[in-house]
Amino acid sequence: MSASDLPILLPAYGEILLLVLASAILLVDLFLPERLRGLTHWLSLATLAACFVLTVQVVRATGGQAAYTFGGMFVADLMANVLKLVVYAAVAAVLVYSRRYLAERGMLRGEFFVLALFATLGMAVMISANHMLALYLGLELMSLCVYSMVALNRDSATSTEAAMKYFVLGALASGLLLYGMSMLYGATGTLDLTQMAQVIAVGQVNGVVLVFGLVFVVAGLSFKLGVVPFHMWIPDVYHGAPNAMTLFISTAPKLAAFAMAVRMLVNGLIDLAGDWQQMLVVMAVLSMALGNFAAIAQTNIKRMLAYSTISHMGFMLLGLLAGVVGGNRFSAPDAYSAAMFYTVVYVLMSLGSFGMVLALSRAGFEAEELDDYRGLNQRDPWLAFLMLLLMFALAGVPPTVGFYAKLAVIDAVIKAGQIWLAVVAVLLSLVGAFYYLRVVKLMYFDEPRDAGPIAPGRDVRWLLSANGLAMLVLGVMPGSLMALCLVAVQGLYPLAR
Amino acid sequence: MAALPLEQALVLAALLFALGLAGVLVRRNVLYMLMSIEIMLNATALAFVAAGARWAQPDGQVMFVFVLALAAAEVAVGLALLLLLYRRFGTLDADALSELRG
Repeated sequence: MSASDLPILLPAYGEILLLVLASAILLVDLFLPERLRGLTHWLSLATLAACFVLTVQVVRATGGQAAYTFGGMFVADLMANVLKLVVYAAVAAVLVYSRRYLAERGMLRGEFFVLALFATLGMAVMISANHMLALYLGLELMSLCVYSMVALNRDSATSTEAAMKYFVLGALASGLLLYGMSMLYGATGTLDLTQMAQVIAVGQVNGVVLVFGLVFVVAGLSFKLGVVPFHMWIPDVYHGAPNAMTLFISTAPKLAAFAMAVRMLVNGLIDLAGDWQQMLVVMAVLSMALGNFAAIAQTNIKRMLAYSTISHMGFMLLGLLAGVVGGNRFSAPDAYSAAMFYTVVYVLMSLGSFGMVLALSRAGFEAEELDDYRGLNQRDPWLAFLMLLLMFALAGVPPTVGFYAKLAVIDAVIKAGQIWLAVVAVLLSLVGAFYYLRVVKLMYFDEPRDAGPIAPGRDVRWLLSANGLAMLVLGVMPGSLMALCLVAVQGLYPLAR
Repeated sequence: MAALPLEQALVLAALLFALGLAGVLVRRNVLYMLMSIEIMLNATALAFVAAGARWAQPDGQVMFVFVLALAAAEVAVGLALLLLLYRRFGTLDADALSELRG
């Protein structure tokens, strides 16, 4: 075998580097003396930074064109690279936010960092998968790491309960997804998503088996996104997991789940859009309704944000389901880029709000009840202001980016001619505004209940400030991020013409 | 030797999958739930093999091997959680897991 027979690995350089460095950290951490354990934290951050830089270089080298490797199993198109950059940045932010929290609870050990890095590798593989095998392997790598992270606090009964529920339901969803994939393979005779799209477009396919498989695939996807009717795990896992793990689960994996949905539904099955869009309509409306109404009744802020996740993911689905109108794909780039923008912005908002929960918690105090936020303005005006920005962004109040993200999605829905869906989305967002603004009311107009010190550390304070102010800056100037999402989505195989 | 018809293999896979799914939903013992999940995964693996045989491709069997390996990895994590659960709660009854509600 000559050198030219080997696959050109350039598109996967970022993942390869991540794998090598994560394995190295696994070994280094084993031999580090106890007093140098903090080093693992910095090594992990350096790993993520190196992968970030290398991915930027890969974009430069490929010129933003889709590059395939491993026999078409792995694709590095612009959407993949952009999402990977956001994933690396989000995981790095998670590590910074959660360092003090984990150190105070004796969980700042190599296991956390290695699991986080391998989960990141799984997400990167999912994002770049162009083959059902690669997709499934990435998904399982991510999921198995995340299950273990939730259970990392072995002394906590709630963490154990959350991990077990997450595991059983997650494995069930993986089974559903895999069964759907086997049906799709049986109908089309290929596992490669590009070839699958071509086979379906030709039309010599058993439609019944295909739609049967599609139903199972959508069920599996909806679990990973956390939308109704497969949302049951979200509140329990968010509530029961240690705050740092909740922060992790609620951010980067959402990007991976979005990418997985795009790869399966758009790259592979866009010719079945008429079928899956109807399923997404039902899921989106139910998610927004259940998420927003159930969040009102919560007294625990992690649980409240968990229900808000369900409603936000439902809102994001509106973008995905508005792409193909009557078999016509002209408006698809606008709709899918709105969904991608919404997902990226949601991850930023979620990072900030759970980061705030971590910043306010201290040894023996989790800051997870809504009452803990009473009078925050009197205790720390700057953090209260940042939380205000984040809550406004989640609610979709105009100067913040949350408003623009919602506007872009609703615009796509209206262009697709589904006026009633846009009206329902706006009304349910109004319901959602109630519980976000309640947090603001508690912070600014109530007397403090808790008098403990607030000492998040300087690095966390800077990062939280950047994160909160990004809501405002991106809200005033969303153009460049929106344009990036549009270019990224236009590079997807079925939309590139 | 006559080959097994595709339809029969797929029906068997569907039956096994339904059996596993029902097991996860009905059983209250976490250990049996894990076993039911294994049955589900093996049913999908069987469906892959049958589909691969229909298209005369090795891909189905490749998927089978990977599904087996991943099922083993999943069980490793699952059993670790199971031990943790038993030590915390002293029972494997899924209904005992009811601290998180709302």
